[in-house]
Amino acid sequence: MVAALSIRDLRKSYANQFEALKGISLDVNQGDFFALLGPNGAGKSTTIGIISSLVRKTSGTINIFDVDIDQHFSAAKKFLGVVPQEFNFNLFEKVEDILIQQAGYYGLPAKVARPRVEYYLGKLDLLDKRQTPARMLSGGMKRRLMIARALVHQPKLLILDEPTAGVDIELRRGMWEFLREINDAGTTIILTTHYLEEAENLCRQIAIIDRGEIIQNTSVKQLLQQLNKETFIFDSAYFSRLPDLPGFTCRLIDDHSIEVDVIKGQSLNQVFQLLNEQQITITSMRNKSNRLEELFVSLVQANKQGMHHAV
Amino acid sequence: MPFNEQWIAFNTILFKEIRRFTRIWIQTLLPPAITMALYFVIFGHLIGRQIGSMSGFSYSEFVAPGLIMMAVITNAYANVSSSFFSAKFQRSVDEILVSPTPNYIIVLGYVMGGVARGLTVGLIVTLLALTFTKLSVSHGFITFSVIFLTATLFSLAGFINSVYAKSFDDISIIPTFVLTPLTYLGGVFYSINLLPDFWQGVSLLNPILHMVNAFRYGILGVTDTSLTLAFASLLIGVAILFWLSLVVVEKAKGLRS
Repeated sequence: MVAALSIRDLRKSYANQFEALKGISLDVNQGDFFALLGPNGAGKSTTIGIISSLVRKTSGTINIFDVDIDQHFSAAKKFLGVVPQEFNFNLFEKVEDILIQQAGYYGLPAKVARPRVEYYLGKLDLLDKRQTPARMLSGGMKRRLMIARALVHQPKLLILDEPTAGVDIELRRGMWEFLREINDAGTTIILTTHYLEEAENLCRQIAIIDRGEIIQNTSVKQLLQQLNKETFIFDSAYFSRLPDLPGFTCRLIDDHSIEVDVIKGQSLNQVFQLLNEQQITITSMRNKSNRLEELFVSLVQANKQGMHHAV
Repeated sequence: MPFNEQWIAFNTILFKEIRRFTRIWIQTLLPPAITMALYFVIFGHLIGRQIGSMSGFSYSEFVAPGLIMMAVITNAYANVSSSFFSAKFQRSVDEILVSPTPNYIIVLGYVMGGVARGLTVGLIVTLLALTFTKLSVSHGFITFSVIFLTATLFSLAGFINSVYAKSFDDISIIPTFVLTPLTYLGGVFYSINLLPDFWQGVSLLNPILHMVNAFRYGILGVTDTSLTLAFASLLIGVAILFWLSLVVVEKAKGLRS
């Protein structure tokens, strides 16, 4: 199967000798929902900038659906839709005009663009704002406008650079649902995000980039298997003292909650059994932090120390 | 990108530009109309009556083609420089840069937007001029081709300026310190035959002088300079600036890092 995106030995050095990308290679399969994660300044936006031709690469090759972006610039770009991190539309234009113009830049006449504009504005809950100048929209609406704009030419590969930054939780979930829907319909999606819960929820494949290098590139499932330790919080009506949990490291947070580290090979059943034996009733339980987040932090820290092995 | 799609992309940029300057007509179309009306009242009518004839025409008639040309030059330049810089400033230019639209279509779209504003303002100033003096077109093809090429040339110059500009101040430097002096010294208000030989020679180095005189020839049938030189400098100027525009769109750091 032809890869939706194939990057080989991509390098980017700036005039001040800063090496933003140190020869990354990456394949994203057709139909995938792919997360590109990394700390600030890791090289995510530079990679997206090069794919979308807003940043010039120093060397390397990029193919979108087997079309080289250097040799067949126009054909490759038709496959691609990009939602950038920063708002980058004309604030004085009306929502509908922004979308029809975007379609025009891809060679689509207004009569073809109009029904699509209506469809995507409806899907993204912006139909009643079609005649509103972009500057009058809220932050969440502006984000959705950028998604609609990236989709109006119906790309096969959609890249979203932190699409839900600053979007409230309800809207974020609505956007997730919409992104799942277009992914199910066949659009390959690459997502960068700082909300690792988002990546865990949406994406099947994941690459972690740090200091211009790919330090992990695998499925979310396999990546999570690398997690050696998870910390859970157990709530109860009252903890008079720290329960005795042999083999587990646990800490009393307050009168109602304890946190317990569960390492690979141990099970939650054991924790519950030990708590039961001490007549402690658990009212709720949750992960202390997102699993992917724990793993991400560990991997980036390990890379910082020059250790590329898993946690 | 097939030709029909390029044509759609070109029209998208052009009509976006036309919509922009007509939407903000109070900033784009009204000021040149007021300024030029004042020029006609003061120079053409009040002072012009004291001056008498110039090159065989009343001063109002003589000055009208120059004032039309002056309005076309400044507005064609200002439209592209402010619009493209604003797109760059808001990063809305990325919408086009990430699309398959070829660079030459981007340049042509913006430049023809500038030409559209230049010609619209030129038409408004011509209508105003007709309320002060009588004007007829002696050579239609020359009149139209000179004004079209001049608007194209200065739109291209405005485009290059906007690509390199880092602030709004940078797009006012060239109009203030280069265009205005060259236009005022470019035979808009006088015939260079009034100047001493040395200054006549210096004036001939000013490209705007040739454009104004070629346009005046198209309207009144008189010129101080060579028509061939005017057309040659316009065509060569347009070719060079178009090529430079393509280079800056491809290479300039202000657009792609």
